Amino acid sequence: MADIVLDKVTKSYPDGTIAVHGIDLEIADGEFIILVGPSGCGKSTTLNMIAGLEDITTGELRIGGERVNDKAPKDRDIAMVFQSYALYPNMTVRDNMGFPLKLAKLPKAEIDKKVGEAAKVLELTDYLDRKPANLSGGQRQRVAMGRAIVRNPKAFLMDEPLSNLDAKLRVQMRTQVSRLQKQLGTTTVYVTHDQTEAMTLGDRVVVMRAGHIQQVGDPQTLYDKPVNLFVAGFIGSPSMNFLPATVFPGGLHTPIGDLPIPVKDNAPKDLVLGIRPEHFEDARLVEEALRPRGFEFTLPVDLVESMGSDKYVYFTVEGGKSDLASADLADLAADAGGADLPDQSGLVTRLSAESRVREGADARIWLNLDKIHLFDPSDGRNLTLD
Amino acid sequence: MPVKLKWGLLDALVVVFAIVPVLWIVSLSFKTTATLTDGNFIPREWTLDNYRTIFQTDQFVRALVNSIGIALISTLIAVVLGTMAAYAISRLDFPGKGLLVGVSLLIAMFPQVSLVSPLFNIERQTGLFDTWPGLILPYITFALPLAIYTLSAFFKQIPWDLEKAAKMDGATQGEAFRRVIAPLAAPGVFTTAILVFIFCWNDFLFAISLTSTEQSRTVPVALSFFTGASQFEDPTGAISAAAVVITIPIILFVLFFQKRIVAGLTSGAVKG
Ligand SMILES: Nc1ncnc2c1ncn2[C@@H]1O[C@H](COP(=O)(O)OP(=O)(O)O)[C@@H](O)[C@H]1O
Ligand SMILES: [Mg+2]
Repeated sequence: MADIVLDKVTKSYPDGTIAVHGIDLEIADGEFIILVGPSGCGKSTTLNMIAGLEDITTGELRIGGERVNDKAPKDRDIAMVFQSYALYPNMTVRDNMGFPLKLAKLPKAEIDKKVGEAAKVLELTDYLDRKPANLSGGQRQRVAMGRAIVRNPKAFLMDEPLSNLDAKLRVQMRTQVSRLQKQLGTTTVYVTHDQTEAMTLGDRVVVMRAGHIQQVGDPQTLYDKPVNLFVAGFIGSPSMNFLPATVFPGGLHTPIGDLPIPVKDNAPKDLVLGIRPEHFEDARLVEEALRPRGFEFTLPVDLVESMGSDKYVYFTVEGGKSDLASADLADLAADAGGADLPDQSGLVTRLSAESRVREGADARIWLNLDKIHLFDPSDGRNLTLD
Repeated sequence: MPVKLKWGLLDALVVVFAIVPVLWIVSLSFKTTATLTDGNFIPREWTLDNYRTIFQTDQFVRALVNSIGIALISTLIAVVLGTMAAYAISRLDFPGKGLLVGVSLLIAMFPQVSLVSPLFNIERQTGLFDTWPGLILPYITFALPLAIYTLSAFFKQIPWDLEKAAKMDGATQGEAFRRVIAPLAAPGVFTTAILVFIFCWNDFLFAISLTSTEQSRTVPVALSFFTGASQFEDPTGAISAAAVVITIPIILFVLFFQKRIVAGLTSGAVKG
């Protein structure tokens, strides 16, 4: 077990692509840290550099206080779980899991014992003599995990280990991975592009974008205090609503009305307003005491999705989209591939299940002004922090 | 059902088409000189004389030794070199990779007959003429592109994550290749070995141009010099017998390696 420190680590590939730009990151001993970000942001590259599968162009990597830049993967004592599982197809499950121990030249009896223990933890005991081809996706995934845990390495690296499983299995395995990590207490770096996985698994989450770290923090901090537009939009599902806003003396002019909130003097004139879905409420259900802290507006309801516990209510906002131009938003849209992108002309709200709003009818909605975020569209900075 | 039947008929046709000439030669090899031309598919008088004849002539036995030796050595070298080249081609991005692949393709397309005279002259000058290496060298040249192509196709099927995984599991580059990649590449290596062996074994052009004595003459060439037991005897029976004999090593070679060619060896390595 050991801590991992990345000190101004940069990676440029031979073709000139700079995949990682001088990132600094300190991963404590025993910590479960998640690297999250859209595809192509340099997560795998970072992980591969920690593993030793990719050279570090500049900067320093220390594991357990020791500089390991020039050490081969085998000398770093780190185990890795691949997205593709990378099981050895010509070996049985037993041999797959025992392979690292065999390479370490452990005696046969000890290998059998350790493989047996790991198989028990992962519920693979009945499959030890099968070949990977005869296993289900979930079982293969567990064999890959088993191969990592048998030898008690200093750290685990996992590159999107669950992304090839179907949704249900993914949730099950997520819990199992989390439990396993707690149980073993081994430093773990986990890469994912799925923000839900990131939020539920990690002690701390590192949000990356285009080779830069955007923000590092525990999941709640990232959610409540995103440092910029990108993090705000990336973390949370459904994602934060973004609307264009213009400063005027006495408040903010927005497509849903003029919000009576003070804006810092040094803020630019045009801003992006960010509101999470759960900070809206059906105006009729808001307690009297809370009412003055918010802002009320009326819009026609597009769609109501009842989840049982609450209702997702969708609105269209006139004049939302076109006014918003920001690199952060463009990146978010690209990541979402247009599917559930932070829709700038629409509002997603999460209202109480008791709400009586109906599709097609006008609804009176309350918005909690204490919880809104304001962003500078030029650099994405969150202006509402501190 | 009719579809199946159609395919069955088609298959049968292909098999018949391929095997009748072979059986014909087998039949000829068992006929006596007198009945050679009687046109019967099944010999009326069976004889092993033809086989006895060819094994009594030094010529044939010597040629058989040459053939086996030259083909095996060429195959071994071509497969080893081809494996390394194909591994590099499918694994690494190095400058001039496209060129290397292109040039090897060019060699494969080069009309061999146009090389015979220059090779003849070169080998005369260098003393390679009528020696084993004198045949092994050109065989390797023409077998290599074939080997590189088949092998790189096989290597490309092997997920490289496996090699990375092996390294993470504590293997050196060498161990990763030996214990993980090589076993998976084995079917490709054996397939290539078969193809290269057959190529070398069957060659006539180089063998007749670059040899002059029994010292390095291979079987296909020796066959063309066959005269039968006496100079006046029709050698057809003997040639047929020899032809049957020289197909045996190929059949053995293929059977031996075919067991090792397990299709779908890499299934289950990645994904679910
Ligand atoms: N071998 C490589 N050569 C050149 N560029 C690469 C290579 N591998 C990855 N990249 C580039 O580096 C960037 C980061 O890639 P990667 O770390 O795989 O992203 P992620 O895992 O976050 O999806 C991408 O732009 C990708 O195209
Ligand atoms: Mg990746």
